[in-house]
Amino acid sequence: MAKNFSIKHQPGFSAIAATCFIVLYLPIIVLVIYAFNAASSTSEWGGFSLKWFQSAWQNTQVVDATLRSFQIGSIAAVLSTIFATMAALATTRTASYPGLTFKYAAINQPLMVPEIVTGVALLIFFSRIKIFTGYSGIGYLVAAHTAFCIPFAYLPIRARLENMDLTLERAAADLYATPWKTFRRITLPLLWPGILAGLMLAFVISLDDVVITEFVKSGGQDTLPTYMLGQIRRGITPEINAISTAFLLLSVAIVTLFFFVSRKRD
Amino acid sequence: MPDKPDRNAIEVVNVSKIFGSGEGQVAALDTVSVSIRENEFFTLLGPSGCGKTTLLRLIAGFDFPTAGEILLYGQDIAPLPPFKRPVNTVFQSYALFPHMTVADNIGFGLEMLGKPKAEIKARVAEMLKLVKMEALAGRRTSQISGGQQQRVALARALAPQPKVLLLDEPLSALDYKLRKEMQIELKRLQHETGITFIFVTHDQEEALTMSDRIAVMSSGKILQVGSPWDIYDKPAERFVADFIGETNFLTAAISEMANGKARATLKSGATIEATVAQGFQPKPNATVVVRPEHAKLTKAKGELSGRVDNIVYFGTDTHIHVHLDSGELFTVRQQNTRSAGCGFEKGDAVGILIGSDAAQVLKD
Repeated sequence: MAKNFSIKHQPGFSAIAATCFIVLYLPIIVLVIYAFNAASSTSEWGGFSLKWFQSAWQNTQVVDATLRSFQIGSIAAVLSTIFATMAALATTRTASYPGLTFKYAAINQPLMVPEIVTGVALLIFFSRIKIFTGYSGIGYLVAAHTAFCIPFAYLPIRARLENMDLTLERAAADLYATPWKTFRRITLPLLWPGILAGLMLAFVISLDDVVITEFVKSGGQDTLPTYMLGQIRRGITPEINAISTAFLLLSVAIVTLFFFVSRKRD
Repeated sequence: MPDKPDRNAIEVVNVSKIFGSGEGQVAALDTVSVSIRENEFFTLLGPSGCGKTTLLRLIAGFDFPTAGEILLYGQDIAPLPPFKRPVNTVFQSYALFPHMTVADNIGFGLEMLGKPKAEIKARVAEMLKLVKMEALAGRRTSQISGGQQQRVALARALAPQPKVLLLDEPLSALDYKLRKEMQIELKRLQHETGITFIFVTHDQEEALTMSDRIAVMSSGKILQVGSPWDIYDKPAERFVADFIGETNFLTAAISEMANGKARATLKSGATIEATVAQGFQPKPNATVVVRPEHAKLTKAKGELSGRVDNIVYFGTDTHIHVHLDSGELFTVRQQNTRSAGCGFEKGDAVGILIGSDAAQVLKD
């Protein structure tokens, strides 16, 4: 008998893999390295320094945009996770019926509609509301972020619910638990890892958004990504590299946490 | 059953359950009526798809009947949701809550009933003792074996002292030895708690050994209700006789019917005494059943005659398959002794003796 087929033993595998990794990670590595550049160029090395991190930290615009990003991200993540949990319960705790697939599609719609289209649509829609109400606060960004975060929160929650044994809820009802108590004592604790995963995913997606935010934001409502975009237009300093590096670390941390939480079963 | 009171715990009255609609509709239960007595170990027995689990689910409240009433001590519970019925279930998959300890699982029902903490604690301790699980009270349910999970499931369902305990094939996931142990354990628990048990199984042996009474079900109907002895020795119809144990079917002409007894003239011309199933309507070709262990093989003449077709050795007994002269097949079960052989060879011409109280006439 031949050994089990393994792609690892195919000719050229290592070379292709190495090329892919370089293409994927080399630009990022370069970006990270130049964040520690003492010179004010992003292409000429002038020795090691942490001064760009320091300068970003002292830049009130950066701090401001970062705080705004976190604020929008956390509110949008919590809201979208609540909506996603309700949607996931409604679409899994039911017998299949015609139209259920359509509902899945409707919930996942933001994944399919090009962001630029959503951005333009929201710009027009919100501008009407702005004129009508006179309100021009951060609420528009929160609403927009909540909407496009829902499918990302929905997917891990639904996956968790679908793997849950329905007999457990039936057993709780049999033991005198009302539907609400069954939800609080059985469904919710077992669903919790899925909800946490959804929450973190939604938060990361919100933090990262540029296109929709760029269209929806009013003056002085820059988030970190839109601030960075604005700075790059004016010429790049290693400060941008420093901000990107910090941002990268944060995202990696959250995604790693997400991985461990969603892997946890029972 | 003189030691059983006559009060009915559960009365199922003309209950039907229809799934689907129009052309595709299926009657999982078709106008079923049955009374289950207080303090009884009652078994619903039948092949998969016969409606036994559906009936259990209707009593538990996980589903609602299309028609009919389900009375619990005279009160119609059919429209109540499960959490308002003083009835608890032991699930086939146990359905223990994985995020709770053994003790928390057992106390869950009492907690939901709003019992005081001290009372719950005492009752949980009592239940743990009853199922011999005291040592594992603090364990997660994923950290205990299948047999232990089974005990926890039982304790959890018994803790709120339900009026009726429903058991949905609870032993099917256990291996043979553990199953035998749990059968005895269940009988003990039922005896000690005095709670009415309704047990669902497709295992006829399990039903015969454990039950006070058995209802045999097929295609959404209850065919016969009776003690294990009634069901085994006096089956009313072909399905019951065939589903439970092994049996021989013979065609006969029935005469001199009186007091539930009659004379059956077999194809061989011999006439034997037989008991008659209730509801039997006289007809020319009736079916008579004789259990293999109630017939004897002889080298002399018997009520039936034929040739030995096959001999199968089973350790405790030997099955001898005989091809009758009438063309029918007949199996005789003969207890083994240590002396070699059953005394017959393949191809032997033999006679079959049927005892005076061995035959039952079926109504179909």
